[in-house]
Amino acid sequence: MTTTIAKTGSVDAMELLTVHLRIKRYNPEVDTKPHWEEFEVQQKASDTVLNALHNIKWTVDGTLSFRRSCAHGVCGSDAMVINGENKLSCVNLISDVGTDLVIEPIRGLPVIKDLIVDMEPFFAQYRSVIPYLIAEDDPGYKERYQSQEDRARYDDTTKCILCACCTTSCPVYWANGEYVGPAAIVNAHRFIFDSRDQGTERRLDILNQKSGVWRCRTSFNCTEACPRGIKVTQAIEEVKRAILYDRV
Amino acid sequence: MASVIKSPQSRDVSPQRRASRQNFETWSWLFMRVSGIILFFLALVHFFIMHILHDVTTTTVAFVAARYQNPLWKIFDWLLLSLGLLHGTNGLRYIMDDYVRSPLKRVLVKSTVYGVSGILFFVGTLTIITFK
Repeated sequence: MTTTIAKTGSVDAMELLTVHLRIKRYNPEVDTKPHWEEFEVQQKASDTVLNALHNIKWTVDGTLSFRRSCAHGVCGSDAMVINGENKLSCVNLISDVGTDLVIEPIRGLPVIKDLIVDMEPFFAQYRSVIPYLIAEDDPGYKERYQSQEDRARYDDTTKCILCACCTTSCPVYWANGEYVGPAAIVNAHRFIFDSRDQGTERRLDILNQKSGVWRCRTSFNCTEACPRGIKVTQAIEEVKRAILYDRV
Repeated sequence: MASVIKSPQSRDVSPQRRASRQNFETWSWLFMRVSGIILFFLALVHFFIMHILHDVTTTTVAFVAARYQNPLWKIFDWLLLSLGLLHGTNGLRYIMDDYVRSPLKRVLVKSTVYGVSGILFFVGTLTIITFK
């Protein structure tokens, strides 16, 4: 499955709409705390929320700051809270989310400026689960074979783009920054259940700590937030079971 | 004898395999799942007997005495008491770890909660054991 893009429905895709955006802004050089600013722009119904943000930045207020790179739901740069839900601004259409938009930076990470947050704690947690293939033996001059069934076990968790939509939608993560968070567990799952990998025990030991999988209270926010449709809560439960039964 | 090279997928490839992987957090999570299921039925039975079959206004010492003729009801009540307290306190432990961030506050809040749970458990157990 690729990144989910909702259907435009019956709305005329070329029709110009007035989009009203309420954006939580913060400039560390001037502000002591974040404040709201409102903008109105003309957008087509088929435009994305990112198009509207670009429109503001390029024609109304050049100081508006946000991250984006590929703008097609692949790089995972532009996660933000749109009308209360974590979404990628580049794959959500105006016809889909409506013309009244409330946009905030993702929660649980320190805001640097406007919609840009410091992702370092998130990436540090990602790195903490050793998210790469560990295979100490030399396979010789050949590939490490894997059956289609073995590959299918972790197929879902290979789709992660590290946008942090899941981790920053988790109520436990908001309160407790020590929790490694759903994204780190998803990326650990991708290697724990890889038959070629030999680092399973190390990863399970890391996730068996107080800051690991046991912090998850299955609120399913992460699964709902994931723009790639990864069954995040299920992946976390599979890791819990692997630890409990000491078997992957 | 020819030595056999084990496949990398083989579970016993790692030489320093420990006896047990699970720790306190693992078992405390499992306890929450299991005690949750048991408590669901215990509470249902308790609720049915105390609030539907009988009215709370008729719950007198005589009623309890008649019920405690059968020691199984003592065990039932003690299970409800201990599992409920343990389940609840462990749930609060998770919440305190998440929400009480300052070390000093955490010590104070935790000792209060654990202390109150301990006292409730002691008083409840004493009542069930010594009831005549």
